[in-house]
Amino acid sequence: MAAVARNRAISRLAGSPTTWFSAAFILALILMATVGPYLFGDVDPNTISMSIMAPPSAEFPFGTDELGRDVLQYIVHGAQVSLYVGFSAAFAATILGGLIGAVSGYVGGRIDTLIMRVTEIFQSMPTFVLAALIVALLGPGNNRVILVIALLSWPQTARLMRGEVLRVKRLDFVTAARCLGQSETVILIKEVVPNCLAPVIALGTLTVAQAILLEASLSFFGLTNPDTISWGRILTSGQRYIFQAWWLSLFPGMAIFLTVFSFNVLGDSLRQALDPKS
Amino acid sequence: MLRLFWNRLVWAIPVLLVIVVLNFVLVRLAPGDPITSIIGEYPTPEGYAEQLRAQMGLDRPIHEQLLIYLGHVFQGDLGYSFANRQPVLSLILGKALNTLALMVPGLIFASLLGILIGRVSLSTSARFLDSTLTGLSLFGYSVPIFWLGQVLIILFAVELQWLPAQGMFALQTDLPPFLDYLAHWAMPGFAVTIFYAAIVARVARASLKEAVTGDYIVTALAKGTSQRRLFWRHVLPNGLVPIVSVIGYNFGLALTGAILVESVFAWPGLGALFMASIIARDYPTLQGIFLLAGAAVVVSNFVTDVVYEIIDPRMRNGSRGA
Repeated sequence: MAAVARNRAISRLAGSPTTWFSAAFILALILMATVGPYLFGDVDPNTISMSIMAPPSAEFPFGTDELGRDVLQYIVHGAQVSLYVGFSAAFAATILGGLIGAVSGYVGGRIDTLIMRVTEIFQSMPTFVLAALIVALLGPGNNRVILVIALLSWPQTARLMRGEVLRVKRLDFVTAARCLGQSETVILIKEVVPNCLAPVIALGTLTVAQAILLEASLSFFGLTNPDTISWGRILTSGQRYIFQAWWLSLFPGMAIFLTVFSFNVLGDSLRQALDPKS
Repeated sequence: MLRLFWNRLVWAIPVLLVIVVLNFVLVRLAPGDPITSIIGEYPTPEGYAEQLRAQMGLDRPIHEQLLIYLGHVFQGDLGYSFANRQPVLSLILGKALNTLALMVPGLIFASLLGILIGRVSLSTSARFLDSTLTGLSLFGYSVPIFWLGQVLIILFAVELQWLPAQGMFALQTDLPPFLDYLAHWAMPGFAVTIFYAAIVARVARASLKEAVTGDYIVTALAKGTSQRRLFWRHVLPNGLVPIVSVIGYNFGLALTGAILVESVFAWPGLGALFMASIIARDYPTLQGIFLLAGAAVVVSNFVTDVVYEIIDPRMRNGSRGA
């Protein structure tokens, strides 16, 4: 009875308008960040106009900032940074966590215990405080931010991967591969890991959301490179001029929210759809 | 019980040790002379840099330096903040009280609200309410908390002018102190409550739905238990462990949320201090806050484990039955 209910939940989720909206939004965002400049002409977002802190109008739909720059252009270009940092950090965290978790779960024994202890320590770290501290001390830069986010996000993936490997390595086809005389490394890479990937990919989607949020927070505090355009950075101006220019806060924040929301919804739907237990 | 206490205590030590070592390593990785990093750009007395160098043993080998630093930390000596002209320990403990005044009521409301949402989503008759609340919890999960703060300020302080936008107390007011605090707490407190309620609600919903499917629920129903008693005596206790775990986890990480909220509302707590210290490159204070944040995680994990024991009798005899 429970299984029927769950199946119904899945079909409801896969067909839910929220999931479709999220997928469409992410797709549109990726298109905007990649081919957008070629389609609509590559406008330099740093172009300064005479309208300083102008409210939204036909010319500037999202208004302008304190230097007369078009907020809409800033948001369009900021998408590149958010997506780049989000995808790269999530990718790195998934690879790192996946590798660590797979080895830990497959080898087992003392090594497993040790790795899991280290993972727990990493999970106990106050992530944002540490990320802010590292970036503040070592200096900004997109790649450094990606590295820091990846280093702080892998434990969740590692634990999930380990759990999956523990489940899969007891299955019959693994024993069969061993009987065929395949080496343990080959079995792990070719037989076990591919069967563990589904939930890891779903978690990877959620990690993208986390990474985008973390990047936006670091930018908001002025910890990322001042020369890169990012959504969090516009919110810094929004904070400074909060009594004069609501559009500096509302639109870039909305962009962050919708993006993170979409990745969360998509990750959730994927997890439910790919859950091997259902 | 005592053994678990001991186990947990032993476990806390490596976490804190890693944080202290990270503190040590990070400042040394920072470009430039560590003494310059530690003092920052503040005017210091003549010869102070040399004195500090000898005092911190920076002329000695690196492993000895680490031991000296550890010694200082465990004596409660976290260094001196030149930006704030006082020892780091008393500085951050003073600010921590303000942060607690913001976060603790928020987290308590969030926990109650989260469980309430989970409770409401159990009754199938309220399907519309259920999906609204699920949407709300997804919203709380995805919204940048500092942006939520900005939107609240624009709405309630700039446009409607109902609430004060910044600070913890007004400089001049006719209100009694408690009401003044409440007025200032309303917006940041609301942001904190919504944010954490979303996280608790998500877990509470899943865990209570799971608890309802148990055979003991059928038994209880067959015995003619009332709905109210069924929830309080059977569903909630069985679904409580994951809920307590997520609440405990968030209490530990509350400082992170505090940093993001406090700087938007200029709440004079640790978060605001953290941001000011980043701008001022006040490294001893940053290190101190990081250490405190780590300690908060360790302590709240510890308390959560003890609460497990109280709410789940199966965990009292080690983890045998669980």
